[in-house]
Amino acid sequence: MTKDWGLKDLLGLERLSAANIEAILDAAASFKNSPPKSPLAGRVVAFLFSEPSTRTRSSFEAAARRLGAEVLGFSAAGSSLAKGETLLDTMLNLEAIGVTHFIVRHERSGVLEDLAPRVKACVINAGDGAHEHPTQALLDLLTLRERWGSFKGRKVLILGDIRHSRVARSNLFALKKLGAKVVFCGPTPLVPDDFAALGAAIEHDVDKALKGADAVNVLRLQLERMEQGFVPSLADYALAYQLTPARAALMKPDAPVLHPGPMNRGVEISSEVADGPRSAILDQVANGVLARMAVLALCERARV
Amino acid sequence: MSERLLIAGGLVIDPARGLEAVRDVLVEDGEIRAVAAGLSRRRDLQDAPRFDAKGKWVIPGLVDMHVHLREPGREGDETIATGTRAAARGGVTTVLAMANTEPPTDNPSQLALLRHAAARDAAIEVLFAGAVTVGQKGERLTEFARLRAGGAAALSDDGRPLMNAGLMRRALEHAKDLGLLLIDHCEDLTLSAGACVNEGPEALRKGLRGAPWAAETVQVARDIALAELTGARVHLAHLSSAASVAAVRAAKRRGVPVSAEACPHHFALTDAMVPGYDGDWKMNPPLRAEAERQALLEGLADGTIDAIATDHAPHGCAAKGAGLDLAPFGVIGLETSLSVALTTLYHAKVLTRRKLVERMSAAPARLLGLASKGTLAPGSDADLAVVDPDASWTPEAPFQSKSRNTPFAGRRLKGRVALTLFAGRPVHAL
Repeated sequence: MTKDWGLKDLLGLERLSAANIEAILDAAASFKNSPPKSPLAGRVVAFLFSEPSTRTRSSFEAAARRLGAEVLGFSAAGSSLAKGETLLDTMLNLEAIGVTHFIVRHERSGVLEDLAPRVKACVINAGDGAHEHPTQALLDLLTLRERWGSFKGRKVLILGDIRHSRVARSNLFALKKLGAKVVFCGPTPLVPDDFAALGAAIEHDVDKALKGADAVNVLRLQLERMEQGFVPSLADYALAYQLTPARAALMKPDAPVLHPGPMNRGVEISSEVADGPRSAILDQVANGVLARMAVLALCERARV
Repeated sequence: MSERLLIAGGLVIDPARGLEAVRDVLVEDGEIRAVAAGLSRRRDLQDAPRFDAKGKWVIPGLVDMHVHLREPGREGDETIATGTRAAARGGVTTVLAMANTEPPTDNPSQLALLRHAAARDAAIEVLFAGAVTVGQKGERLTEFARLRAGGAAALSDDGRPLMNAGLMRRALEHAKDLGLLLIDHCEDLTLSAGACVNEGPEALRKGLRGAPWAAETVQVARDIALAELTGARVHLAHLSSAASVAAVRAAKRRGVPVSAEACPHHFALTDAMVPGYDGDWKMNPPLRAEAERQALLEGLADGTIDAIATDHAPHGCAAKGAGLDLAPFGVIGLETSLSVALTTLYHAKVLTRRKLVERMSAAPARLLGLASKGTLAPGSDADLAVVDPDASWTPEAPFQSKSRNTPFAGRRLKGRVALTLFAGRPVHAL
């Protein structure tokens, strides 16, 4: 597969090099045609999820099994994982049982930064707070690269609740490294202009933002955002920002529509678009397994 | 038999008197007896114990008008005994302890208990702020006259910002009648709800909730308006934003009786320097952007910001180890404040040495109405520090403080306290 990987953990994409990211994408693409022998045979993958998840977890589980790993059916409740120390204790205990890979989802941003260096097992971030969700971004990248070949000069619009989105951050960090232009769009409370300092172009008018875009990634609007004044109502948000067929037509002719799921049909995206010809949503899901296989296989190589 | 000590040959910096010259300082019976050249040659002082301060500065003991000593209620993090020893190590000889203890200092009996504990345990002078509202709940005013009679040196609900403007107005009016300084932690809690760091690109990058600078400035503007309305003095704690500094500067120009302080961490560090999710870099207000820091430096230089205070806020390792989002707010600062100020303000040529010493001694003493503190004038309390302004050192745990939550651990600083005298007696010597 690839040359110098050397990373035991995947906590985020911000600190990876473009070459690191390409290495994962290359590996994932190669798995599409020729599934690998069992590089994780005899390994034990454990899930630590303090937030509910269906698709990320089943995607990781499928990836681990295809690589020959044993999957430990462990899932921790939120309360016992609330403090960093407790999570470390949990991980050390599971490691003693024989776990070699942790797939962790946690509601706290950055919770893995201190923990990963303290265990021998690989630690894969499956979403930490509003920080990063690297494998989701990797499957988005894989989906786009299959269509484009290269990211250079492409304009990728990410639409919705960017403030609270770990998917948006991981996509931004990676897409910039690969030469794409990233535009964030949504109402100012959800898309603060300070994001410009991280390298995103900011546009609060969705029609302007969509014009000439090479792809759009539509984010789920969390229903609880209304209570905090981030949006006045779902209907109000839908009127101003929902991706409708008319709006989708503002993009380049073949520009795909991505959504990390689960969708609120009729809120951030209309069903016509979600199920329409531009939709790449099921490609994303399929690619998710490949991207996660690639990450597991690469990190395994660096595990001592 | 009188107790004497001669501090010989140091550069005496006494901003209150405009003195900056090599002098000998004679300390006797807890007072500054004389400050003059040639004392060390006087025959009657030949046998007096002496400290050679040649090449060093001799300055008034520092007055830190904003510390948390955690006693009573959280003695595992700090006590009056350990907090005042930390102060002594930093050249600080007077502190004002905030009222947000458990229980809070909101009545005269509680105050009496604390003053008794201080008389027994403190290495330096400890003054106590009384709470502004009962239980610091922001609902009902405490008894200011009784608190003053019981020895309260100021009033503050620091730690639990008083959001009710109407109550704040009445508090200012009563404080004015009694000549008590009211110190406000300016924070609009509706703007800072849930925040653990500064709002801005760094918070967005890390996926953390930030508090905007406006959360502070909204309340700064409110307090200035209320001080202008009532004619009462208000002191604004730990300013962190450029707009707050500008508001105070404009208010002072209009003659509004407002004063302000800044903390070493705010004028030395920025949010971009916070390593990862390290809870030892979390305090309230949070470290802000470089432009805000620059405004603090300007405010310190032109006197808009009167005083430097630490907001010394000890927390144990377990609590602080929980990470930026869950860790409690606050950093310790008593042992490093002068060194950080020397490094960031004096050596970087933001403040002259005289202004720096003034901001850390004479100014807070003046704000708190302490006539015998913050100066080396003969007859004043023999509280002083001898400082080697060029000595480099690196703060490392263990500290005199019971806690070790400081972002300055491991950072090289230039300037160090060699000797601290309180009431004429050494309470720290290198």
